[in-house]
Amino acid sequence: MLKYVIKRLVLMIFTFFIIIMMTFILVHMLPREMPLEKNLQAIIQARWEALGYNKPILTQFGIYLKNIFTKWDFGTSWYISPQKGAWEVLENGFLPTLLVNLYSMLVSVPVGIMLGVYAAIRKNKWDDSLISTLVMVFISVPSYVYAFLVQYFLYFKLGWLPLTMYSLADAGGSYFTWKMFTSMIPAILALSFGSIAHYTRFVRAELTESLTSEYMLLARTKGLTRPQATARHALKNAMVPILPSILSEFINLLAGSLIIEQIFSIPGVGQLYIKSLTLFDYDVFMIDCVFYTFIGLLAGIVLDLSYTFIDPRIRMGER
Amino acid sequence: MANMNQKSISPEKFEFVNMNTRLTDVKFDDKPIGYFKDAWIRFRKSKAAVVATGIIILIFLFSLTAPLFTRNEATFMDTYYAKKGPYINGLREIGIADGSVRRDFSEMGLIAKIAIGMGAEDWEGTGKVTLEQGMESEYQPIRKVSDPFIQMDAAKREKKYYHGRIDAYAEVGFIYKSIEQPELQRMLDWEKETGLHLLYPLIEDNEWNPEPKSANYWFKCKKYQPVFVSEDGKTKNVVYKPGMTLDDNYKRDADGNAIKWEYTGGGSFETAHIKVRVLYRNYYIYQNNFEPEYIFGTDSQGYDLMLRLAGGLRLSLLLAVSVSVINFIIGAFYGSIEGFYGGLVDLLMERLSDILSGVPFIIVATLFQIHLATKVGAVPCLIFAYVLNGWIGIAYRVRTQFYRFKKQEFVLAAKTLGARDMRLIWKHIFPNSLGTIVTSTALIIPSVIFTESMLSYLGIVKLGSATTTSLGTLLADASAIWTNYPHLMILPALFISLLMISFNLFGNGLRDAFNPSLRNVED
Repeated sequence: MLKYVIKRLVLMIFTFFIIIMMTFILVHMLPREMPLEKNLQAIIQARWEALGYNKPILTQFGIYLKNIFTKWDFGTSWYISPQKGAWEVLENGFLPTLLVNLYSMLVSVPVGIMLGVYAAIRKNKWDDSLISTLVMVFISVPSYVYAFLVQYFLYFKLGWLPLTMYSLADAGGSYFTWKMFTSMIPAILALSFGSIAHYTRFVRAELTESLTSEYMLLARTKGLTRPQATARHALKNAMVPILPSILSEFINLLAGSLIIEQIFSIPGVGQLYIKSLTLFDYDVFMIDCVFYTFIGLLAGIVLDLSYTFIDPRIRMGER
Repeated sequence: MANMNQKSISPEKFEFVNMNTRLTDVKFDDKPIGYFKDAWIRFRKSKAAVVATGIIILIFLFSLTAPLFTRNEATFMDTYYAKKGPYINGLREIGIADGSVRRDFSEMGLIAKIAIGMGAEDWEGTGKVTLEQGMESEYQPIRKVSDPFIQMDAAKREKKYYHGRIDAYAEVGFIYKSIEQPELQRMLDWEKETGLHLLYPLIEDNEWNPEPKSANYWFKCKKYQPVFVSEDGKTKNVVYKPGMTLDDNYKRDADGNAIKWEYTGGGSFETAHIKVRVLYRNYYIYQNNFEPEYIFGTDSQGYDLMLRLAGGLRLSLLLAVSVSVINFIIGAFYGSIEGFYGGLVDLLMERLSDILSGVPFIIVATLFQIHLATKVGAVPCLIFAYVLNGWIGIAYRVRTQFYRFKKQEFVLAAKTLGARDMRLIWKHIFPNSLGTIVTSTALIIPSVIFTESMLSYLGIVKLGSATTTSLGTLLADASAIWTNYPHLMILPALFISLLMISFNLFGNGLRDAFNPSLRNVED
């Protein structure tokens, strides 16, 4: 088991390293422009000199890695927040992204599981077909359409909620104020519709499968009532694939949703990606790429490994 | 005992059932049902999938045939008629698709709009046109006015307001044009020929003209408040009531006749610039030889939204289909080789696809766009980005199928009979995996459509130009202004949602048809 985990981790680091190297080379092949201001020019020149920008690109990559390992220095932001470290800039984006997505998950996981369980129990009845049809629609409709609908009804028609998320200054300097929370609700809602549908479908599929298994028959035969058997046996077994997927979803949500963050102007990781791209802030762009790659790989490995921890019957290394 | 009885039957008692005709195998009356036919029969049974297929076909036909429904050119851009709602000539009279929007007016705002219709009736420049005449004009932008209601304005004074509906096309009213002499002659000829009025009197640029750049304030105003000016310079506010007239502010010559054109500079007779004031609707007809008609309205820049949408849909479908076909081919080859040879080949190829699958799509798409978009174009770049690791899922499925089937007896039999590897792969094993991969290929399409619209919405991929656009670009253009012009958002969003739902249903139908054992098992 330990051997398998180590093998996966080594492979992940290897993959990560290769992807980062390719990204680094491609990003550093882009033409770089100097700002017009003389002072800033001198500072940037000096900084680039230190990072070896006139040396071959692989040497630059070496310096980049060395700086990360020795000083945790991912480069400098020149435009988004001038002369701050790229890591610092990214760090500032974590909290808003995490909060919005976490709130959305707190809504969608319970609701999705409940709907899914209900649909599976009422399989092939009218309410199941209603739920399944709605799930199909909600899974297919793109998330930005929900964003527009939420904005239209909750802001323009009813005026209950703000159009976009408040800036930190407007909401009293903290992401945990009530005012900030209300301004996050539109984004949370927009994210939740699709997620709820996703979980409902997943839970329904898994639970219908376990409800028709033979151990359910056994459970009923030995005298358990239907709800007892469903809750203790079927649901427990259905959760085996669902829990890992929630876990990996949780890691994935750290990367945020580009489009939702853009529409609701959430100052998170996703918006940072677009911003760094449009402002040509390459060091920030690079760290965002590193972060995205890392999150993606981590989510995959957690998905695989968590299966084994949740259900020991699944053998290591078997797919 | 029974045997004993049988033995006692004498041979004479036996007779042949059939001695005259030769019996051969009878050919089946109906055709054999193969794998695909079987799948097709199952597919037909799923109503949702059939309806979805119908919708996909309709949308596809719409994207191809949209130019037949309109006389507008896809590349024609009319900045005056930008962001307007649907406008269909046949339905306009009964109040559907008349390009009108609800709006509340202050009294002077209302008069200013009504004045467009009044001015349009007064091509001579007499200034003697009444409210009733103006309201009956076909150029009148105001289509409905309510009774006044009182509301506080920003300065806490009570003011009269009106609910109303205004024709956003007619609201453009008049515009100024700088033209040359031959053009003017053509305009005059055209007026005579068609009986429509194009040239209208110019407006004096004096203290009573609140907005010299706009050609719609043909009446005297004092800071936008329409007024009557008496001989001694005193003003009296115009009140909105039946029989209302306005005090015109037309440029007049010494005899008191309104001037319709004016020399503004330039060289010879031929090249001299002449300023004219034209009624935009008629000017549009003069230029295009047909009345303005926009079935879906116009987009934020003034293109025909229907043609833009059709273009966007074409692009999305083209992209999605070509990506899934390419992924299908690469995935099939890669997976077959992996699965068939196994061992070291499999291990190496798996590592390669492991590494590739770790690359986040969004980063690939971005970097490809930055590096290659100018060299090979945005669309091929996007296809590369999708293909880079999009085939891995298909290859994985093919590989699994190969592992399942390659040890089976029919393969062994074929091998014994001397079939080569290629024949074994393509003729014997690969067709077994076709069902699963057709399904996963079909499900690539909606995800490509979604990500394409997302990338172009975010501006990472720039697909908007005079000739092409994408649904995401249309949405992005609308994103800042759509609350005032909802059709800009609703129509593209509706089409893309419909397309996504249909393709998902279609894919699910295919999956159920090819793998009946997986029916109702999602994900």
